[in-house]
Amino acid sequence: MGGVWVWIEQHDGKAAGASWEAVGVGRRLADALGEKVTALVFGHNAAALGSEAIKRGADSALVCDDETLADFRVDPVASLLSALAKQHGPSVIMAGATTRGTDVMGPAAVDLDAGVVADVVEIEVERERIVASRPVYAGKLIARATIPAGVQMFTLRGRAFPAPAVDEARTGAVEAVSPVRAEGDITTKVTSFEVRGGEVSLTEAAIVVAGGRGVGGPEGFEPLRELAGVLGAALGASRATVDAGWIPYEYQVGQTGKVVSPDLYIAAGVSGAVQHQAGMRTSKVIVAINKDADAPIFRLARYGIAGDLFQVVPALTAAFRKRLGK
Amino acid sequence: MRIVVCTKETPDTAAKVEVSADGSVSWGDAPLVINPWDEYAVEEALQLKDRGASGITVLAAGTEVTRDALRHALAMGCDDAVLVDDPTLEQADTLLVSKALAAAVRKVDDVGIVLCGRTTTDGGSGLTPVQIGRWLGWSTLTYVSRVLAVDFAAGKITVERLLEEGRQVVESPLPVVISVVKEINEPRYPSFMGIRKAGKAEIPVWSAADLGLEGVAQVQWGAVSAPVTRDVQCEMITAVSVEEAADRLAEKLIADKVV
Repeated sequence: MGGVWVWIEQHDGKAAGASWEAVGVGRRLADALGEKVTALVFGHNAAALGSEAIKRGADSALVCDDETLADFRVDPVASLLSALAKQHGPSVIMAGATTRGTDVMGPAAVDLDAGVVADVVEIEVERERIVASRPVYAGKLIARATIPAGVQMFTLRGRAFPAPAVDEARTGAVEAVSPVRAEGDITTKVTSFEVRGGEVSLTEAAIVVAGGRGVGGPEGFEPLRELAGVLGAALGASRATVDAGWIPYEYQVGQTGKVVSPDLYIAAGVSGAVQHQAGMRTSKVIVAINKDADAPIFRLARYGIAGDLFQVVPALTAAFRKRLGK
Repeated sequence: MRIVVCTKETPDTAAKVEVSADGSVSWGDAPLVINPWDEYAVEEALQLKDRGASGITVLAAGTEVTRDALRHALAMGCDDAVLVDDPTLEQADTLLVSKALAAAVRKVDDVGIVLCGRTTTDGGSGLTPVQIGRWLGWSTLTYVSRVLAVDFAAGKITVERLLEEGRQVVESPLPVVISVVKEINEPRYPSFMGIRKAGKAEIPVWSAADLGLEGVAQVQWGAVSAPVTRDVQCEMITAVSVEEAADRLAEKLIADKVV
């Protein structure tokens, strides 16, 4: 009994970045607690992720490869996770704090009558107990929490922890497990999935280029898209631009949108309202480009250019093209 | 079939939230409002009523200060409201709150859909909707951006969900728990008549005993603190031309190894 478990989230056989970060955290906690790390991979044609998890720091993997797990649905995944946990009795279960991670850990916690601390940004072992910290009130405060009894479950915010590199020398046991739900027992059915074409995921991106009210209209995002293209960055947007209908909601960064934490956040024409700051303040380096040199965004930024984004952004794109040889 | 909307109160998003000398969280004079995400859930409930639902009950687990959030939902057009209030819920985690809300949903007759905002702007774990669904033994469809089809008579719903990589279309039988993202609709403002009606509405209180609720919180919350503020000094980049300023910025970002 015991052990640190990490649920590996995958889509089309590719693991979520937050899952590898969780393997890294799991390794660190397990070493401090004197326990082992087990990765859980549930899917169809995704079994290779079990050995990759071991190369990234897990000691072993439990892999369920089944057609019922091809499309992501909560019930078969959460039920399998909780059934295996009841059988093996891990002390810790972790996952990324993604949409799927939340969907799986919540119900599994109900099955196990276990506490979950969500969206963790710091986690340590203190006197043999795990203490986790997470932002509350949209990052305006940080709360510390422990789970004194039962299985301790945590979802970890993406990019809050380093992703462990692949170590080809690492080996471990990969054990196949069976699903607990047959197709006939699963009530939901996925009828289609429309993937956003070739764009970088906002929450996983190392660089985000975001536009605010200053872009002036839907076409105002074009120079930002070009810069994002050159940098391999994701495009983001402020609430004002989404509410105005200039760009779809999934691009929104902020308190009622996505929380991002990239290495570089370039805010163009974003004033920097507190609600927007809640979604990007933990970015490593923030660049502000705004006509109004008094805009609050400059107080968060490491670098600023007071100027018209329609001149500055294309000039920046050209400068990066030249310097990066693209 | 009836719709239940779960809500709670949160400090206004523009509030300056701080830790008081006694270690408690304070938001000064800022008002407590309905959790902003839940306004989309209320609006969707009202639209689902136009699509054949029989009525809307709004539920919250909280205390007396929660009543204004419930009244806001009533003023928007919900039919009735219930406050789940019990001392045993004071230190509740999502596991216990969701258990209480699920027990309250069971007390409402003929529920077809439970609607929640995708998360809250205070605790903000996003776990409560999926956990309510699990306690009830119903499917939960989270991050719903559109209800494509609903048939209360046949007990079927088809929705579009917003996931990291794109949009998933899912069918599910009713009853179901749904959490909504803000793309789903444009919440209406309460009408004058609605506000008057909500002001007069009776909001009953259900206790843990009324719900036959047992259970304990597993998460123990410790100290709350202000985040470490980074001492950033913004370096304004000025140059004779935009091109030169842009080039200097590019050079700095490459030197900082963030590009």
